Amino acid sequence: MAEKRVFEKGKMVPVPSQAIIPERDSDKSPILECSHLGIDFGGLRAVDDFNLTLGRTEIAGLIGPNGAGKTTVFNLLTKVYQPTRGTILLDGYDTAGKTPAQINRMGIARTFQNIRLFSALSVEDNVKIGLHNQEPYSMFTGILRLPKYWRQEKAAHERAMELLSIFDMQDLAAHEAGSLPYGAQRRLEIVRALATNPSLLLLDEPAAGMNPSETAELMENIVKIRDTFQIAVMLIEHDMNLVMGICEGICVLNFGQVIAKGTAEEIQSNPTVIEAYLGKKK
Amino acid sequence: MKKLKTTTKIDFATYAGVTLAFLLVYALQQGGSLTNAMKSWLVPICSFIVMAVSLNLVVGISGELSLGHAGFMSVGAFSGIVTAMSLTNAIPSGPVRLLLAILVGAVFAAVTGVIVGVPVLRLRGDYLAIVTLAFGQIIKDLINCLIVGYDSHGLHIIFNLDGLRSVSDLHMEETGVAIIKGAQGAVGVPKLSSFFAGYLLVMVALVIVLNLVRSRTGRAIMAIRDNRIAAESVGINVTKYRLIAFVTSAALAGAAGALFGLNYGGLLSSRFDFNTSILVLVYVVLGGLGNIWGSVIAATVLYILPEALRGFQDYRMLLYAVVLILVMLATNNEQLKALLGRLIPKRKGAKSNG
Ligand SMILES: Nc1ncnc2c1ncn2[C@@H]1O[C@H](COP(=O)(O)OP(=O)(O)OP(=O)(O)O)[C@@H](O)[C@H]1O
Ligand SMILES: [Mg+2]
Repeated sequence: MAEKRVFEKGKMVPVPSQAIIPERDSDKSPILECSHLGIDFGGLRAVDDFNLTLGRTEIAGLIGPNGAGKTTVFNLLTKVYQPTRGTILLDGYDTAGKTPAQINRMGIARTFQNIRLFSALSVEDNVKIGLHNQEPYSMFTGILRLPKYWRQEKAAHERAMELLSIFDMQDLAAHEAGSLPYGAQRRLEIVRALATNPSLLLLDEPAAGMNPSETAELMENIVKIRDTFQIAVMLIEHDMNLVMGICEGICVLNFGQVIAKGTAEEIQSNPTVIEAYLGKKK
Repeated sequence: MKKLKTTTKIDFATYAGVTLAFLLVYALQQGGSLTNAMKSWLVPICSFIVMAVSLNLVVGISGELSLGHAGFMSVGAFSGIVTAMSLTNAIPSGPVRLLLAILVGAVFAAVTGVIVGVPVLRLRGDYLAIVTLAFGQIIKDLINCLIVGYDSHGLHIIFNLDGLRSVSDLHMEETGVAIIKGAQGAVGVPKLSSFFAGYLLVMVALVIVLNLVRSRTGRAIMAIRDNRIAAESVGINVTKYRLIAFVTSAALAGAAGALFGLNYGGLLSSRFDFNTSILVLVYVVLGGLGNIWGSVIAATVLYILPEALRGFQDYRMLLYAVVLILVMLATNNEQLKALLGRLIPKRKGAKSNG
């Protein structure tokens, strides 16, 4: 398993983006390799023959029309669904037979298209739940409130505040997560995912429901997160400005099939992609 | 946006409130201003507070429905009684035997909790209600078949499955003492429980549940309640934490059972039937799901109410049924909830404040 990076406060490491989707990450081993991945729902081939290699510090986009199978790919990667066909290697390790929780511990964290927060709990608790495996004191330490409990709870509080500061959300720490505005809930989901110390962050439509200025800020923050944490990011998004603006590699899905892979310029000029989005020209 | 209250103050108020109430009642008891009937309520109230607080851990904090909580109380009561009685000669001190009985009751109930919980809690979906319902019935019938006695050779236990056997089949020495006589229940039980012991057990249960809820473990349990898929996505082992909540709750119910059982000269297993489970569930629902101090107050008030209205006893279960239906309507109806929220603003967010 990958050695866990330690998050250093305020340390921003700019990363030259050398790795993009078409297998160009030559000097380092890829973080994610999917080969011939597929799943059927009854007769429907929701995803078929999905191949993807993702560099360690790459920002990749997964796009496609509604119902193309994008969310299903995320659900396969995180084992919400067990794939019908194909293999997924995370950091070189096979993920076959793992549970969603084990996948997270192996290094994949995600957000959800339809927000899934712990809505009755506070913002801070949501992040602390993300830190669950980062503060591993036992149940008895917690009940007896041994020194280790106080130490790790203090560390968790500080870390949660630090993570919330990425999106300037420290002031919201005591608020009920479910009562936050929509955009803030999406940002909180990202913070919670980051708290699990992932090597690959999956964002399912992170800009959905955000206004243009929020989206612009989000774009900057996604790049900042990649640079600070030195992780790979894969995102599903319908906002093409965001995708074309920050994704170094883009993969296009249609009816469960990959129809194109490449850089933003390559994708924008690809006739198959244009056809999938706009319909066939007469 | 809604700001949540700090939990430390709520916890402190809970401990302080329980302690003050204990001191007050203790003073009244010493001053002789309590009737005998009132004195007889004190230990059961403590037992049922522990029952309600522990059930709240499953129903309120973990968000699962358990309909057999009295079954764990039963396991704790009878294993506690056997422990206390069989150690009569070895350990003369009553309080020490009571302590041991409570510990043994908790351990036996916890083991039972594992046996019931492991197969069910691995499954997705709400199968716990139906399984715990069956468990409550089964444990009652099992204890009805149990014949236990002790002599200088130790414990003698037989299962009276065919209904033909009696204490004489234990083949004890002349000096042997019967503890559990099948359908006649436990007999000749020493009254070791006291109000002070009950108060201590309530405090211990409160510390365990409140500290658990405010820890990493409790957050994981509540995360699973609020959104199972999201909880898995942040690396939480769902089965493990559902089980922790369920088994901890069972252990506390076992402790409450031992305290309860050692408060009477005899005890029938039918005392811990489905009605008792529902009674405790009513305490939890009325006190507020996830609201621990609410469970303490609801258990106290709702225990005293029917006792004080002995004359209406025939209508007692009817009353509970009506109240339960009303509460279920209230908690499932968004408009009613909103209305309640406006009338009693403090109750907002009670679920998470606990
Ligand atoms: N659990 C399921 N059972 C049956 N069919 C499913 C299931 N999950 C997804 N599908 C189907 O698989 C296809 C792909 O769905 P998916 O949610 O991955 O699309 P998407 O690309 O994320 O679309 P959108 O942009 O609308 O979010 C759809 O036809 C959907 O109906
Ligand atoms: Mg989708």
